[in-house]
Parts: sequence; structure tokens; C-alpha cells
Amino acid sequence: MASRFGNSNSIWRQPLAVVGIIIILFWVFAAIFAPLISPYDPLSQDSDKFLMPGSLHWMGTDELNRDIFSRVIYGARISLPYSILLVVLSAFLGSIIGGISGYFGGRVDAIIMRLTDMFFAFPAIVLAMAVAAALGPEIRNAVIAITIVSWPVYARLVRGLILNAKQNDYVTASSLLGSSSLRTLVVDLRPNLAGPVFVLASLEVGNALLLLSGLSFLGLGAQPPAAEWGSMVSMGAVNFDRWWVGLFPGLAILSAVLAFNFIGDALRDALDPRTAKALRD
Amino acid sequence: MKPIVEVNNLSVEYTRGDQKVGAVAGVDLHVGAGEILGLVGESGCGKSTLGKAIVGILQGADGEVNFDGQQVSKIGRGQRDAHFRNLQMIFQDPYGSLNPRRKIGDQIADGPRIGGISKSEALEKAASLLERVGLPRNAVERYPHQFSGGQRQRIAIARALAISPKVIIADEPISALDTSSQAAVANLLVNLVEEFQMGLIFISHDLSIVRRISDRVAVMYLGKIVETGKTEEIWNSPAHPYTKALMSAIPHADGKAFIPLDLPGDVPNPAYPPSGCRFHPRCPLAQGECASREPLHVSLSDGRKVSCILQEAGSAPKTLTF
Amino acid sequence: MTLLSVRNLTVTLMTASGPADAVRNLSFDIERGQILGIAGESGSGKTMTALSIMGLLPYKGKASGSINFDGEELVGFKPKDLRRVRGKDVAMIFQDPMTSLHPMLTIETQLTEHLRHHRKVSKGEARARALELLDTVKIPDPKTALKAHPSQFSGGMRQRIAIAMALACQPKLLIADEPTTALDVTVQAGILKLLDELRKSQNLSVIVITHDLGVLSALTNRLMIMYAGAEVESGPTSQVLTRPRHPYTQGLIDALPDSGANGKRLIAIEGMPPELGKFPTGCAFHTRCSFARSECKSGTPNKVDIDGIRRIFCTVDPFDTPAGVNR
Repeated sequence: MASRFGNSNSIWRQPLAVVGIIIILFWVFAAIFAPLISPYDPLSQDSDKFLMPGSLHWMGTDELNRDIFSRVIYGARISLPYSILLVVLSAFLGSIIGGISGYFGGRVDAIIMRLTDMFFAFPAIVLAMAVAAALGPEIRNAVIAITIVSWPVYARLVRGLILNAKQNDYVTASSLLGSSSLRTLVVDLRPNLAGPVFVLASLEVGNALLLLSGLSFLGLGAQPPAAEWGSMVSMGAVNFDRWWVGLFPGLAILSAVLAFNFIGDALRDALDPRTAKALRD
Repeated sequence: MKPIVEVNNLSVEYTRGDQKVGAVAGVDLHVGAGEILGLVGESGCGKSTLGKAIVGILQGADGEVNFDGQQVSKIGRGQRDAHFRNLQMIFQDPYGSLNPRRKIGDQIADGPRIGGISKSEALEKAASLLERVGLPRNAVERYPHQFSGGQRQRIAIARALAISPKVIIADEPISALDTSSQAAVANLLVNLVEEFQMGLIFISHDLSIVRRISDRVAVMYLGKIVETGKTEEIWNSPAHPYTKALMSAIPHADGKAFIPLDLPGDVPNPAYPPSGCRFHPRCPLAQGECASREPLHVSLSDGRKVSCILQEAGSAPKTLTF
Repeated sequence: MTLLSVRNLTVTLMTASGPADAVRNLSFDIERGQILGIAGESGSGKTMTALSIMGLLPYKGKASGSINFDGEELVGFKPKDLRRVRGKDVAMIFQDPMTSLHPMLTIETQLTEHLRHHRKVSKGEARARALELLDTVKIPDPKTALKAHPSQFSGGMRQRIAIAMALACQPKLLIADEPTTALDVTVQAGILKLLDELRKSQNLSVIVITHDLGVLSALTNRLMIMYAGAEVESGPTSQVLTRPRHPYTQGLIDALPDSGANGKRLIAIEGMPPELGKFPTGCAFHTRCSFARSECKSGTPNKVDIDGIRRIFCTVDPFDTPAGVNR
């Protein structure tokens, strides 16, 4: 009998997933070996400003004479770990809230679900901006802000899964054996959630990266002089006649977001088709 | 014999829309140690609801269930009182009653562990229980999907046994199984009842299996027990027309090409039960007053109880013919 | 007159661990106006046999051998021709009547669409025929029933409507796969009565597939017992049920609650039916058979012909006793 998770190898048979994995591996490699790869210090200002891409500066230089290629490589050290951290934090928070909502039901559930409705009513970036602005411009605060706006999607998923699983006789049997609600939630229902939450999280990494870059773009995330893709794009937006300043960090964001989404999609397809449906609904 | 489970005038209601529907309407039942009570009836008669109310999954609207001297209340969020853990249930669907993502051993060990037994001891107990229900000890390390329906039902039985229950309510425990497994699982239950002197309420739509394994039978129709008594007596001379109809409808594998009698019409909607005797619209022996007068639940001379105006309290059951 | 003649039918399905034969070398006939019963447990191949006649095998399923229906060979048919035969001359009903009923459409729409598609009749004619069909399957108040949706009927009534739908194009063969398994006994008896009346009044041939030997006893003329995709025994129903010759048939009958006297204990067959792809070699039943000998473990079981109307596939044939002698 096939595993409940389907054939885990099948992700390798999806060309887009393989492309995604290669891109992510490239960025992971870049982040780890940034000092060896990048020709210049990402913060040094000893070139000329706004040099066109050329043999010395492959991606040109920015308004503070810094080498854009080196900064893009170093940028992976911020974007990748932070977006994964964001996903882990919001999945954790969302699962707990969703778990409480689904298991206890009644008024608790109603209140939590109305709360998530409120979050869904606004574009995530707008809410994140508001929270980040209130907390002060700093990357740590950006992470808090994004976590606060990202948990509802996990809460919804986990709640739905629990409502489904709760109807199973094994949950009833467990309470007849004397298991308290809390124990049932932790022991009986948690194993049902791991797969779907993991899939959703993998789909959300790209989103998190985009939100983080977005906040940095607006000056609410990573602070100068840190090399962060979002804030670099914002420099490009100010100096829009120098196309290279914004283009290359923008392409970096695009490639990483796309790659994460390719992987997430493939994971969703590779795992239980029921899970896939629960996510689409 | 002193009953362990005693159900007195129990009613269970559920809400459908704004409407209150009486799924169980004033039922009396009892089962003693080492006794098998067969609870039969067709779909929608409320037998499953009754079973769930007895163990405390559902809240009774009226009446009470006593288990071993204490009144059963609905299971809450906290740990169930140790006293009532000895009242267990086995479900029909062997696929839904085991957690697909947890090892068999861990699931069987749950009960003892909640009771305060160490993990290794509980797992040891799980292994020996698996052996008792006819599965290999190493099944503790495996997952439900590696087992067939019949084997899963044995696992569910082992899980209930793990806390040495005094009474088990088995809700259609063999109807979802193959012919081969049906007989084996039914035998297992019979053996366990004798070995551990448990009480068993065996809920089933199948009168032929109930007849074979139970000591007493209660026949349920539309929320009410219409006849209850010793199995052989009921089988030999059904006193309620519904019992007789149920028996006559069973096709027998005797090669005689005999098409059994059908009962015209459908089970009425329990939200609008018929007036008088609830069976009267489908009853081949119905008389004028059946529509207006609800029959009393009377005791006949052989000790059985029946709700039908054709039978007189204290006398022998009259033979029904239709 | 023979309506359906199946010879050496083998159905191969694609499983997770490669192709596996769900039906193995099966041969049987059905006469007009006859009811054939196919009995077996899950995995015995009884449903796959029916689906191969309907041309409804699952994805990557393949039938080989011969299925001759009313003079036409169905194995290797083009899908288009199969559809022509399937919808008109062969119909099927299932355990869950909602398999063939659309939950959102009225009974009228469903019945008349079917008629108009296959028979090209006018709307008025189709409606008249729909009323007649509902009457045939004994739906009370057919005019009101036409306007109703499936959800407004009970399980037994839905199965009757599914039968009406199956009868719409006057099929010659009706395949009923566990038609009463989901129904209450009192309702089941009514459906059995209906199927028997249809056989008589319309000279309909029926294949009833079920694990319920009681249903088969009530309804069928001939009975075939299947195990692990192959026939183990077949013959006139009364003979097979009263004097079974194959140990598996005997086991099934002994396991019934109303047979034998063993107190509260039933007589169970040891073990369980094998899964598809894991059928034992030789006689597939040898792993559970108390009469098994070493020669049962390989080769094919011996075919024993009895009076030209019964056969069993058993090398040991332990119940081979002179006729009339009770074991």
C-alpha cells in the first residue's frame, strides 16, 4: 500500500519543482559563501556612483558607489533566513490559534474566526505596514509585523482540518477512554495537521519574502546600510533612470519567490490530493 | 442478576433546523454482567443514538442512565471520570475508529496510560491484548492502513479491552466486514463477554446475528422499544407485529428461492411520529384504535415486555399471522 | 437462449505494485429471463467482472478473453460502440442508488433525458414512458414523483428509481451490484420482489452481485461463487446452497448465523480473503482450506463437472459423495 503522503519521490518528476530547487540551492550557496563569491565588500564605497554594468561591476554600482552584484549576493543572507523564520513563526502561531478555535468551537471559535475575517479584509502589506510603522522601522519589528498578519491563513487551515478530524470515531473513542480535550488535541489530532501545514508553509515562503522585501522597500524593514533586496529595489525606484539599480535585486526577489512557489506547488501535488483540496478551498 | 447498565425512560432529542426531533423517546433497558443484549431495529430507529446516549457521547433530554451505581452524564472537555471509563463503545466503521497516523500500540496504550500506567507497561499490555484478539504482538509498531477491516475491528476491540471495561456498547460492529471476518469478530465478542464477564449491548440491524449471539433482544422502532425479552422466546413467537415483520423479511440461504415478505412503506420521519402506536401505518394487523391510542408496554407471562394492543398483560403471547 | 456468454475472461488492473489480475479465466453464460448470482467477498473480482461487461473498467484496466453479448463480441470494442450497447441493452444499478441519480435534477429530467438520448422520442412520449416506468417499479403517485428530486425519497425508493432509470431503454441485461446491501431488510425484501417480477414480466436477464447468500437464494436460478478473481463453484442455486461441493462455499454457508449449531459461536473461515496482487499460487484458497494438500499449492485446481450443470474447481473435492447421501 502506498504511503499516505503519496510518493515523495514524485516531486523530482516535476520539471518546475526541479527548477525551483536549483534556484533555491543557488541562493543558499550564495548566502553561505557570500564573502568568497562577491568581488567587493557590499558596504564599501570606493567605486564611482551609478556605474553602468560592466566588466568591473557586473551589475553596476548604486548611488553610494557600492557594487550591486556583491550586495545582491549578500542580500540572500537576509532574505532567505528571514522569510523561512517568518513562515515558521506564523505557522506555529496560526496552528495554535486554529487548533484552539477548531477544538473548542462555540464562542471561542466564532471570535477567532471573525478576527481572521478582519485580517483577510485588508491587503496583508497594508496591515503589515501599519504594525511595522507602529513598532518602529527595524527588521525585527518587520518580522513581528509580518507574523501578525500571516497567521490567519494557517489558523483557518488547521481549524478546518480539526473540524474534519473531530468527526472521526477515533476522537470520540479517545474521549471515552478518558482523554481530555487537550490531550486529544495534542496526541490524536496533531499528527493529522503536520502534512497540510507543511505544504501551506512551503507555499507561503515566497509570500513572506515578498512582504519582507515590501516593508524594506518602504523603509520599514531592513535598515541602511544593510544589503537587502527590497530596500535596494526602493533605491532603484528613486533612481528610475538608472535601470540597473532596481532591476537586479528585483530579479533576485522574483527568482526566489518563483522558486519557492514552484516547490510549494509541487509539494502540494506530491502529498495527499485531499490536502491539496483542503488548501484550495 | 443485578444490572450494570440501567436505562430508565431515556429520551434523546436533536435539533434539525428549528425543530426538535425525538430520536429516542422514553426507553427502558438493562444489561447485566456476562450478558449480551441485542438491540435491533432498522436505520433511523434511533438505536445508534441510544447507544451513544448510554455511554455519554450524547446528552439525554429526559430520563437517566445508571452505570454501576452512578448516573452517566455527558462527556465534557476534561478527563472522563475513572468510574465511567469502564463503559466503552465500539463503532461500526473500522476505518474511522482508528487514527490513521498513530501506531496501533500507542492507540491501544492510550487508555491504560490515562489511567496512570507507565508507557512501557501500557505497550506491553497492548501487545498481549493484540495477541488476545488474534493479531501478532508486533502489530503495536504498525499503522492502521496495514490491516484489513476485520483486523481493525479487532484492534478497536483491543483498545476498549485495555482498560478492562465492565460494559461495551458495540454499534454495528460487524456490518462493515466481509463474511469471513463477521463470524470471527462476533465469536471474539462472545468469548470476551464470557471470559471477562462484561455486559455487551450489541446494536445491529441484522436479526439473524443478534438471534445467534444474544441472551436477550430489544426490538426498536422509531425511537421506542416495541418488544424485549429472551432471544429464543422472541424468535419462536414474536409478540409484536414489527418483530415478526423484521424476522419474515430476512432471506435465508436455504436454496428454496423464497422471496421474503416485505413491509410496505418507509420508516416515518421521527420529527412527525404517527399518532397512537408508531408502527400502525405499516402494520399488517393494525386496528382502528391503533391510530389513536398508544399501546402500553406490558409484561407477558413469559417475562417479556411488548407494546401492542393485541397482547394482554400477564398472558402468554398470542401468535401473530399475516 | 443464451444472451451473454463469457469465456476465459481475465481482467488486469494497474496497482501500485504493477499489473495484477483481478479476474482470472472466468467463463459463464446467462440465458434470457434468468437471474445469475455472483457471490464473493471483497477482492473476489465480482464487481470487476460486471464492470468489464459494462466496459467501465478503471483507468488502465484491461479485459481479455471473450464477452459475447447477444451475438456481439464486446472485448476489444471501440468506446463508441460500447456506449451504444451499454446504454441500451445492458444497464447497471449499484449499492448506492445516488451513483446513477443526479442530486440536483428532477426525476422527470433524468428519466426523459435518458430516453430521448437513446430512443429519440418526443418530449410527450418520453414523459408518458417515464410515468409508466415509475409505475413499473411501484413508486406511489408517479406524477408527483416526476417533479421531485432524489433527495426527497428514501433509500429504497431511490433504488427503485435507479431501477426505473436502468429499465428506461428496455435493456436485455440488468447488472445489479449489491442492490440491497445498503437497505433495511424490510425494504430489501420489496426490491427483491420487484427484480423477480421484472425478470418474469419483461423476460429480463439479471446478474446479481452480492456477498449475501440469503439474497441470492431468494432471487437467483444459477449461482457462481468467486474467490480471488476466479470461479470456485457454480451451478443451480438450490444445489449449490444445499449441497456445496467446494470447501470455500461450505465455509461461507457455515459462517452464516442461521446455520449450524454451535451455541453462540459462529463457524468462521480461518484467515481472510487475499488482496489483489497477493493471490496465492495454485488454488488461491489453499492457504485457508482445511482439506488442502500439497498438490493444491501449485498448478490450477482440477475442474470437476457434475451432471453438466454444476462444476467446481477443486483438486481434492472432499465432498464428493454419492447423490442423496447426507454428510
